[in-house]
This record gives sequence, structure tokens and C-alpha cells, in this order.
Amino acid sequence: MAVSIRTDGEAASLAPLSNRSATGASWDQPILLRLVSIALFAGVWEVAGRIPVSFAFPTFSDTIIAFFGLLADGSLATAYLSTLQPLVLGVVLSAFLGVGLGTICGLWRTGEWLVIPVFIVLQAAPVAAFIPMVTFVYGIGMTAKTLAVMILALPVIVLNTYKAVRNVNGSLLVMCRSFMGTRWQTVSKIILPDASPVIFAGLRLGVAAGFVGVVLAELLITPTGIGDLITFHRSRADYAEMYATIASIIALSTLTLVFLQWVEVRVFRPESRGA
Amino acid sequence: MGATALRNGPSPVPAPIDSIVEVRGISKTYGNVEALRGIDLDFPRGKLTSLLGPSGCGKTTLLKIIAGLIRADGGTVAINGKRVSAPGPERAFVFQDFALMPWATVTRNVAFGLELRGTNKAEREETARRYIAEVGLAGFEDKYPHELSGGMRQRVGLARALSVDADVLLLDEPFSAVDEQNRRKFQEDLIRLRTNQNKTFIFVTHSIEEAVYISDRIVLLSPRPGRVSQIIEPEIDRSGDPERIHRDRHYLDTVDEIWQGLKQYVE
Repeated sequence: MAVSIRTDGEAASLAPLSNRSATGASWDQPILLRLVSIALFAGVWEVAGRIPVSFAFPTFSDTIIAFFGLLADGSLATAYLSTLQPLVLGVVLSAFLGVGLGTICGLWRTGEWLVIPVFIVLQAAPVAAFIPMVTFVYGIGMTAKTLAVMILALPVIVLNTYKAVRNVNGSLLVMCRSFMGTRWQTVSKIILPDASPVIFAGLRLGVAAGFVGVVLAELLITPTGIGDLITFHRSRADYAEMYATIASIIALSTLTLVFLQWVEVRVFRPESRGA
Repeated sequence: MGATALRNGPSPVPAPIDSIVEVRGISKTYGNVEALRGIDLDFPRGKLTSLLGPSGCGKTTLLKIIAGLIRADGGTVAINGKRVSAPGPERAFVFQDFALMPWATVTRNVAFGLELRGTNKAEREETARRYIAEVGLAGFEDKYPHELSGGMRQRVGLARALSVDADVLLLDEPFSAVDEQNRRKFQEDLIRLRTNQNKTFIFVTHSIEEAVYISDRIVLLSPRPGRVSQIIEPEIDRSGDPERIHRDRHYLDTVDEIWQGLKQYVE
């Protein structure tokens, strides 16, 4: 215990040192800080697990060991294979449908009146309450799980896209018109790129909500995939395995969001790279 | 009046022999504010004409009507004898707030007018590079707008307008968001550019000095409602060192004269 604390302390005190020496390379610093942050988190978890906070709270090291155990026996892979199908399908459908619907509503008054109120209500509602209803209508298969992902992910994507398109920079629109841009060119070359930061913020929130949706569906609808793995290990009091599963889906969700940000900067807003 | 040719009164000026833009009876009302009333103007080909007046005289509105960006309530605008009511390839606009796409490089911003026309990439980038050099931004082709100063951003705006090869360039207070030092340099460059480019410039400004410094012709507008109050043709020799113009007697006289005329509209 004491050992791990000291390591963290050393890591923390290293940060300002390297900050001073590497003023030129601005990229070194955030990476080091992130590593320190992760190490600090792991350290606190380890300490909390050793106290212990609760008999059902494993240490960080036990959780890591359990994680490799789950990897080795293939149960994690099997679970993800089943969870990822509705998740990826739901998220991809929500992204395209959401950005499309949001754009149409932002450009077209009638569409706005028809569609936006529905999504405002959906966003305000505790949508998880719909999940039993979805099960009732669509059974316990893939359709129900995909729908669970979509009803959580879609509203925020639609609403963000709609707001971004509606609040597009007016002077760029006039500029495009003065150089005789067509309607389609205005949308594709001005409105969508200008709206992309807010659209991507919506996509990130939507993808995160999609993860919530799939786990909820697997806990509430059908005990399969990750949800089942969590329930199973909880019922057997294998808390380290349960936490390893939970941590793995959090890590996957985080990595997905980071990847999305990378795509955004790469493809849509190159000027913000390194800025 | 010395070397300054001055015509008084709101009556239409007899059309010069070759006018590229003809404005007839333009009026525009916003709600119950009459922005423009019965504007008749001719803009001679190959000259730089400034629209000058205090704020609220409708000079930007008039420019945007000529550009086809605002619809007039009455009257007509003709370019090369053809009536227009929408933006066209014979006109290009330079915006007060630059209107550059922050996600696009200098080259793509400059080539944007050509991109919208469907010119192929190699050709439009070649054209863009030429005009980027022309406005003095060579070496900044791959920068993004946020990496440039205000003056440089407006040079990008100017290069974009030049690259579509329009006959008429419409500039809406292009230097108002540029600092004083850069504005001076830019004005000098504009004088040089005019002699190279052989285009017609219509320039909106609220700065008397700026108007006299760069214009062949100054149209003074009076406010509420916007009307043509005077047309002045400062006869200043701009062939030599542009620095010298600021000390030219005709320049100083004309500035003073316009100020005397405009004073009454300033509270």
C-alpha cells in the first residue's frame, strides 16, 4: 500500500520538472499528465480496495488480474461479441438518422415543427422507462436492444445537429450566396462544416448514451453480453470479475469517444489540430 | 474649387460615356425607416468609386443591392446594360467581417468562388496561388485564417474576390476591422492593384481620408433617407509614391471640403 502511494507521489512531482525542461515539445506534457492522472486514480482505487470500503469492493490489482482471467477464458470476448452487435448497429443508425433529421429540421421550418417537439420530450423523459415497453412490443431479441440504444442516443444527436444548423454563421451564408453557391453547395460546403463541432459534441453524447442503452437493455431485457456477465458475477459474488467487466465497458466507451474526436479534427476541422 | 470637379445637388449626374453599373431609382425601406430614396447613379468602367457618408445613410445597403444580396423595393440595377437582381459572375464581394471559412486554408478560401463554379482543383489552386501572391500573401497558402492578422485576413477576402475574375469588385468597408497601420499599407496596395487589374471598384467607407486617398470618384450620401448629395472627382495624381498623396494639396483640400459638406449631418 505504502509502496504504491510513494510511486504516485514521485510521478506527480515529476510532472512540473519535465514541464520546465520540455517547453518546446508541448505534446509531451499532456501525455505525461494523463498518465499521472491514471496512475493516481489506480492508486486511490487500490487504497480504497485495501481499507476496504466495502467487502464487495475489490482492489485495483485484483480487478486487473480478474480482467486478464476473463480475457483468457474467452468469456469477455463472447460477451462483447453479443453486446457490440446491437450497440454498433444502434449507434451507427442513430448517427446517420440523427444528423440527417437534425439537418432537415434546421433547414426546413415545417420539419422543425413536426419533429423537434418529439425529441425535446424524449430528451426530457427518463427514457429507460420505455425499455420494458420496447421489450413488450419487440420481444427480447436484437431489435429490442438496438431500439434501446437508439431511443437513448437519437434525441441528443438530433437536437444538437438541429441547433448547430440553425445557428450557422450568417455571414458565411451570404458569402456563399454572393459567389453563387447553390442550395446543395451551401449545405455541404458551409452549413455542415460550420456546424460540425456542435454536431460532433452531440455525437459524443449520443454514443455515450448508446452505451448506457445497451447495458440497460442487457440488464433489463435479456441477460446476454456484458449485462449478463455483470449480473452473473454479481450473483456469484465474484466482485473483481464484475468490476473488471464494468471497467472494460467504460474503457471501451471512452476509447470510442476519443476516436470520434480524432475523426472530427482529422476530417472536419483541421484548423483546430494542435490548437 | 481648384482642381476638384464638383457637382452639386441630388439630381442625377449625366451618364459618363462608358458606365458599367447603372443604378436607377433605387429605394429601400426597412419597417418605417427609409434607408434609400430614388438613387440614380452611374459607375464608370475601370474606375474606383467610393460611397461615402455618415452611418445610417444606406451606403452598405446600396452596395448590397448592387451585389444582389438585398432586394430593392423599387428601381433597377444594370451591369453592362443587363438588369440584375441576384448575385452574378460579373460581380464579386469583399466583406467587412472577411467571411472566411475558419476550417479552410488560405488557398481553399481564395479558391472558394471557383470551387463553387466547378473549376477543377489543380486549375483553381493555380489561380488562387497567383492572386495570393498578388495581394502579398505568398508563403501563407497553407495557413488557416486564425493564424493571420486582421489585415492579412482581409487580403484573403480580396484575393478571393479577384480570383473569380469579375468585372466589378464590391468592397464593403473592407478596412474597418483592420488596424490603422495595416489599413494604410493596404490602401497603398489597393492603389497599386488597381493599376494592374483594370477592374471597376465600388468601395463603401465612412472615412473621408480613405475615400479621397483611393477614389477616382466619391459619391456622398446624406442620411435619413439615403440620397445622393454630391459627387466629387478628386484629381489627384496617384502615379508616383503613394506616401506623397497624404501631403498632396489637392488631397488635403478635398478632405476638408467633404468634411465641410458632411458636418451638417453629424450631431
